[in-house]
Amino acid sequence: MRFYEFESKALLAKQGLPLPAVSRVAGTPAEAGAIAREIAGPVVLKSQVLTGGRMKAGGVLFADSPDECESAAEKILKLEINGHAPRGVLVEGRAPVAQEYYAGVIYDVLAKLPVMIFSDMGGIDIEEVAEKHPQHIAKLHFSTILPPSDFRAKELVSSLGISGSELNRLTRIVAQLARSFTQYSLTLAEINPLARLEDGSFICLDAHVDMEAEARDRQQAILEELGIGPDETRQARPPTPFEIRGAQIDAVDHRGVAGNVVEFDGDLGLVIGAGGGSLTLFDAIRRHGGKPANYCEIGGNPSVSKTCELTKLILSKTGVRKIAVMMNVVSNTRVDIVARGVIKGVIESGYDPAHKIAIFRIPGSWEQDGFKILSKYGVEYCDRSVSMFDAAGRAVAKMQQA
Amino acid sequence: MSILITRDTTFIIQGITGREAVNVTRECLDYGSKIVGGVTPGRAGREVYGVPVYDTVAQIASKTRVDGSIITVPAPFARDAAFEAIEAGIKTMVIVTERIPRGDVAQMVELAKLRAARIIGPNCLGIISPGEAKMGGLGGRAEDARKAFSKGPIGVMSRSGGMTTEICNTLTAAGLGQSTAVSIGGDAIIGSTYAELMPLFDADEETKGIVIYSEPGGPMEADLARYVKEEKSRLPIVAFMAGRFMDEMPGMRFGHAGTIVEGKADTAAEKIQRLEEAGITVAERIEDIPALLKKRLA
Amino acid sequence: MGLFIEVQVAPEASSKPAVVKKLVEVCPVNIFGEREDGGLDIIESNVDECTLCELCLDATEPGAVRVIKLYDQGQALERSA
Repeated sequence: MRFYEFESKALLAKQGLPLPAVSRVAGTPAEAGAIAREIAGPVVLKSQVLTGGRMKAGGVLFADSPDECESAAEKILKLEINGHAPRGVLVEGRAPVAQEYYAGVIYDVLAKLPVMIFSDMGGIDIEEVAEKHPQHIAKLHFSTILPPSDFRAKELVSSLGISGSELNRLTRIVAQLARSFTQYSLTLAEINPLARLEDGSFICLDAHVDMEAEARDRQQAILEELGIGPDETRQARPPTPFEIRGAQIDAVDHRGVAGNVVEFDGDLGLVIGAGGGSLTLFDAIRRHGGKPANYCEIGGNPSVSKTCELTKLILSKTGVRKIAVMMNVVSNTRVDIVARGVIKGVIESGYDPAHKIAIFRIPGSWEQDGFKILSKYGVEYCDRSVSMFDAAGRAVAKMQQA
Repeated sequence: MSILITRDTTFIIQGITGREAVNVTRECLDYGSKIVGGVTPGRAGREVYGVPVYDTVAQIASKTRVDGSIITVPAPFARDAAFEAIEAGIKTMVIVTERIPRGDVAQMVELAKLRAARIIGPNCLGIISPGEAKMGGLGGRAEDARKAFSKGPIGVMSRSGGMTTEICNTLTAAGLGQSTAVSIGGDAIIGSTYAELMPLFDADEETKGIVIYSEPGGPMEADLARYVKEEKSRLPIVAFMAGRFMDEMPGMRFGHAGTIVEGKADTAAEKIQRLEEAGITVAERIEDIPALLKKRLA
Repeated sequence: MGLFIEVQVAPEASSKPAVVKKLVEVCPVNIFGEREDGGLDIIESNVDECTLCELCLDATEPGAVRVIKLYDQGQALERSA
């Protein structure tokens, strides 16, 4: 889950990373003007959005006076970037910069270790530095069992030929960044640019962190401190009411999963699972020219009521004409339990299962009972001899007939 | 032969009294696996389908040989359970638990490496060597597992547990049995990647070909392509790539935790290209896999 | 009665508080409840959650509980005396 710049900075400051003296978010032009008056010097204004390309889109502006700051803030607050409305505008003082650096920490999933990345060419995209100026970039893995140690950061920075007080100051910053990464369950911690001012001190001009969604429970204290609520999913786009309702259905009942409901604008509702099966089936529907109304992942043997509620939610979506119920050969999820849930959901929505369910393809555990239920309600089903791809094709064909 | 497990492999189950673990215990026993104990702290003295329950792993490991452990405890306790197994000298851990934070996984894997132990998973359904043993929930009940899996020459590795069964079922229906099928796990960081398991399959005389199920996200497929080229694997590989639709929506999370597309190299299209460049056949549909494999084996 | 499952408990059994307590304890999907007077309450909203585990049959005298599959021509799970 992605953090706004102002949140990223607040989090890094907790480990002692140096921020501009004033760094505050304004929600209105007047507030921005007030911050500029406090700074009493040139300022930078930055749109707070959860997307890249802010600079190019005009989301970063400079101002030399509080009046200029107010009018710049007005522009930024109105500006949508890649469909994201800003959460506010961050106002900071501008100081003369002697040099810009890059410092970042990510996981190297092949080495299965976190890796510190450092460059003395900051302010530009790090991939670009890696490609064009590989001699200006250094990487070093560090242990997850030993505490994140200063000496590793020192080795990293000095490998670019940096020494003197610059080395010692940078070592401290990079080590603090690595400690933040570990302590707050981050998957990305990045300062770019990290600036050396003319007086030799350093500040983080821009920062970006991603926290792992799996660690939300563990990191609840810091999330609360930053004011990030449990309903903020921080996916690439904000959740729709349909998706929020899907998550609620999943959360009400701990038995099994009816999760990751994502809205699309098609007419074929999907009750599909599990992780890999859903990906395979969604591809198959699209390959046959079908238009999915949603994505979802059922698994872990969800209760009848959970599948029933999910089915009702999908059927309530505008434009959904039929649903397809499909999974890979199941082991722990039970065919009969899913069949009961789906049929109940269709009936409670006021429809005939034989008409509303385009196809039911879930072979495996308890399939004999499942198939009996489906037969009774006249639902078209298939066993493991019909592939997932062909089952998807049958569903799409029915949509085209109807 | 098979890889990782045989009928002689002894293992324990950590978290054995949990709802899903009880099922897995029964399934594995019915399939012929040798479960020599279970651990749930505070429940020593109980039995689960005749398997004695202990408070600690060391209590079992001190009196009998333990080759492996299935770890199926809630996510906040998974790291400690893995540490306990590794420090008791166990060499093969199957970690079933989902939603373990990446930092915890990195720690488990780092310790395992230090102790020359191997982790399969997390977020996986384990290992099955058809006709020998199964270690984990793959295939479900023994009778269902016998329907989907059969003994034979194909090694299977899959980032999806459910799709492992689907693919092996398709292979079985086409007369292609499996030496060992491994559900390697759906997380971004996993204990054993395709490239790390390939040497075991390469060394196994029974294995003649490989099928992998892959997804967008992460560099694991590119790393397999590297292995195949650099190590000159003797085994023909057929791959299936799910989630092609995700290429159109970067940053969104579908399927497993490991699927999030963070850069161009993570996309399905890019991975298919890398795999094909390394001589790996990429199947368009699951049902095409057996014919493609037979062609490569001929 | 659910859409898919019907659970029948013989009056001799459902009037015994000990049997009621046992049924409440064994059912993994909470089909059975205990009324204030100690009698048996069948929680209709949970009946369709029945997993056919037969633990209620094992916990009671033969013939006391019948679990009927309404989707299978009324085929019943029961223990004969």
